[in-house]
Amino acid sequence: MSDNPTKAAAVPVLEARGIAKAFGPVEVLTDISLRVMPGEVHAIIGENGAGKSTLMKLLSGHLQPTRGTVAMDGEPVSFAGPVDAEHRGLVLVHQEILLAPDLTVAQNIFMGRELKRGLMVNDREMNRQSAEAVQSLGADIDPTTQISRLSIARRQLVQIARALQVPHRVVIFDEPTASLTPFETEALLKVIRDLRDKGVAILYISHRLPEVGAIADRITVLRDGKLIATREASELQPVDMARLMVGRDMSKLYPEREDTASHQNVLEVQNFDVPGYARDASFTLRKGEILGFAGLIGAGRTELLEGIVGLRTGHGEVKLNGNPVKFKTVRDSMAAGIVYLSEDRKGKGLLLAQDLRTNLTLATLEKFTRGPLIERKREDNSLDKAISDFDIRARRRDLLAGQLSGGNQQKLLLAKMMLLEPSIVIIDEPTRGIDIGTKEQIYKFISDLAKTGKSVIVISSEMQELIGICHRILVMRSSRIVGEVTGEAMTEDEIVVYATGVKINEAELYSAGNA
Amino acid sequence: MTDTKTITDTRGFGRKLADLDKTAVAPFLALAALFVLGALVNPNFLSIDNLLNVLTRSSFIAIIAIGATFVISAGGLDLSVGSMAALVAGIMILFLNSGAIDGDMAMLATGIVVAIGVGALAGLLNGAVITIGKIEPFIVTLGTMAIFRSVTVWLADGGSIAMKSIAMRNMFRPVYTGVFLGLPIPVWVIIAAGLLGAFILYKTSFGRHVVAVGSNEDVAKYSGIHVNRVRAMTYIIQGICVAIAVVVYVPRLGAATTTTGMLWELQAITAVVIGGTALRGGVGRIWGTICGAFMLEIVGNIMVLSNIVSEYLIGAVQGTIIIIAMLVQRTLQKKK
Repeated sequence: MSDNPTKAAAVPVLEARGIAKAFGPVEVLTDISLRVMPGEVHAIIGENGAGKSTLMKLLSGHLQPTRGTVAMDGEPVSFAGPVDAEHRGLVLVHQEILLAPDLTVAQNIFMGRELKRGLMVNDREMNRQSAEAVQSLGADIDPTTQISRLSIARRQLVQIARALQVPHRVVIFDEPTASLTPFETEALLKVIRDLRDKGVAILYISHRLPEVGAIADRITVLRDGKLIATREASELQPVDMARLMVGRDMSKLYPEREDTASHQNVLEVQNFDVPGYARDASFTLRKGEILGFAGLIGAGRTELLEGIVGLRTGHGEVKLNGNPVKFKTVRDSMAAGIVYLSEDRKGKGLLLAQDLRTNLTLATLEKFTRGPLIERKREDNSLDKAISDFDIRARRRDLLAGQLSGGNQQKLLLAKMMLLEPSIVIIDEPTRGIDIGTKEQIYKFISDLAKTGKSVIVISSEMQELIGICHRILVMRSSRIVGEVTGEAMTEDEIVVYATGVKINEAELYSAGNA
Repeated sequence: MTDTKTITDTRGFGRKLADLDKTAVAPFLALAALFVLGALVNPNFLSIDNLLNVLTRSSFIAIIAIGATFVISAGGLDLSVGSMAALVAGIMILFLNSGAIDGDMAMLATGIVVAIGVGALAGLLNGAVITIGKIEPFIVTLGTMAIFRSVTVWLADGGSIAMKSIAMRNMFRPVYTGVFLGLPIPVWVIIAAGLLGAFILYKTSFGRHVVAVGSNEDVAKYSGIHVNRVRAMTYIIQGICVAIAVVVYVPRLGAATTTTGMLWELQAITAVVIGGTALRGGVGRIWGTICGAFMLEIVGNIMVLSNIVSEYLIGAVQGTIIIIAMLVQRTLQKKK
């Protein structure tokens, strides 16, 4: 982007010079120095709470550093706010979806900078450009669709498309692929490579280490608010990254797979329909089995399972331990020993503005009441037990659920649902937005559930995770269960073929950068 | 975000202060400020008689606002409470005038039961239409506000509905004017309703469900809570509270007119909001609400005592208060 390539190569477009950030007496970030060059993808990795997001907010004008300076092109700058930073060509793509749900894709992409023809907005042109922008991200979304009708993954793509409409020299991606399927991820990585080749500097935050290895030129590791290392990506294998992040050796992410699945069917689903989402689904779940549901976002996995447990309208035959059952509401399925943990932890799993105790006992309050009265003492005991059983790390017991890290929120949600003493646990995207250390704990927990004779259904867009922990994987495509893989056949290639309907060699082309 | 184990002890007290929920304390600070203002304006203001009088007159709004605290905590809104009060009062008096039962005492007792029944039914109507019909509470209760008011006017034939039996009036009057252990009966009713409301909201699983539904309906649903049942129930509680307020109100004048309960919805919602309950749901403060109702009445009292602002402008002042209260609430929340 610069007229003078030699100068551009020498001077970092964005630089942090010993910046620190304290909230009250607590310093969450200490003396971070970082140089981002034009035309490089600089990845920032670290566990949850390592300070990645805070660093990004400092660099993009959302927060002001308590010490140190931010510099662009070698000159110290002080952003008045994110808009000021945008004017200087620095764009942050947020992890959270910040779109108006009732407006269309195009209206959102151009919100605040609508194209006009005379006094009127030029919808046709905005729709055309939006379609183009979205297509360049590898998605096919009608620009006149309302945001509320899109899946989370697609909303994220729209958000990225919106951010890239601003003239940019530095783009910061905060966990952009957390809810994307491998296809969508691959398309996004391609967009990022294109940006880089045009000389744009990219800061890339992610938990997905293989992906970081595939895209980054340099990698900076944060731990406990400190910069641990900045290395050339070629020097670091994912294992090394994990070790630097966690500060210890990552022995093995997935627990030893044990053949805990028995031959006894606990759940049999026949010809189940969820109007608009799932058609004619049939499958069985065995006692002690971990069954995976793979597929692209929007394939209908979440909706199928929500339909079965009574969270959505659905029709079909469901047998629990051989007896026909019909769950009209989720309360019925809970009573029958089936729990469903939503992929949307913040929106459907936990009350973010309430404390841990309230959240923990919400689904099982009747167990904590005598007469009409809630027994707070027993709730507190239960919270103590949950904190130790599930290793929930909260610095104070009266924290709000929203103040926990993603990993600890997931543990709290697990603890909440396990109070229902289920025999079948359905977990939707169990490790989305969760750091590696916690992931390992959650895999171990799922495996232990199966060992104690419980059955688990895992819905996930991370194929490696399904392959790592499941006994058997069902693949959905366009509302139908199209395949089943098990044993040796549980490979990403095999799953992608079913999930996309694309032949193996084509799929390899796509998933090559994604292994 | 990150561990804060390293907080030193010297900061302990400041931290505790900072931890105090400002929205919970604000109404009581404002009340204290009003006391000071009142005392400055007129020395009589702080007399026990005057304060008890103000407290007594705040009872209708306080009791209704306790119900509104439930509705609003669950993320709802009820604009119909004023009209509902008029309707319940009208029907109660018509029943008392009907002479359906022998004996004035039995008649009065049954009349109270009828009032509460009518209030509960009116609340159920609101709740059922909102939950089953999936219509915004604002619209539904705007509609029933008109319906209740109109039916009252029709029942009163455009005029007023008054208790005919002088004997019964005399028997009923102490419910408003009577004193028990030094406190007026309406104050006891506020205390009882407040205790019961606080018990239900803070100590029972239903109360927890109310807050959960107001906090996030989806989370409540995914946790197996019967969201519709909880929401409908808050409107029934609101109806019952309106009826209790009516039982305290009717003996005061012995009549219901077409203007009975006018703007009570404004005052009730104002009391709830200045009491620290979040209008978006998820936080409910019963004692704050009662404090809010008291403050509204004190403002009126100060206006009467001071002659600085015409008391005809009381509605304008109350309208201003609710807007300022929202601004203050928002500022306090931002700072958190």
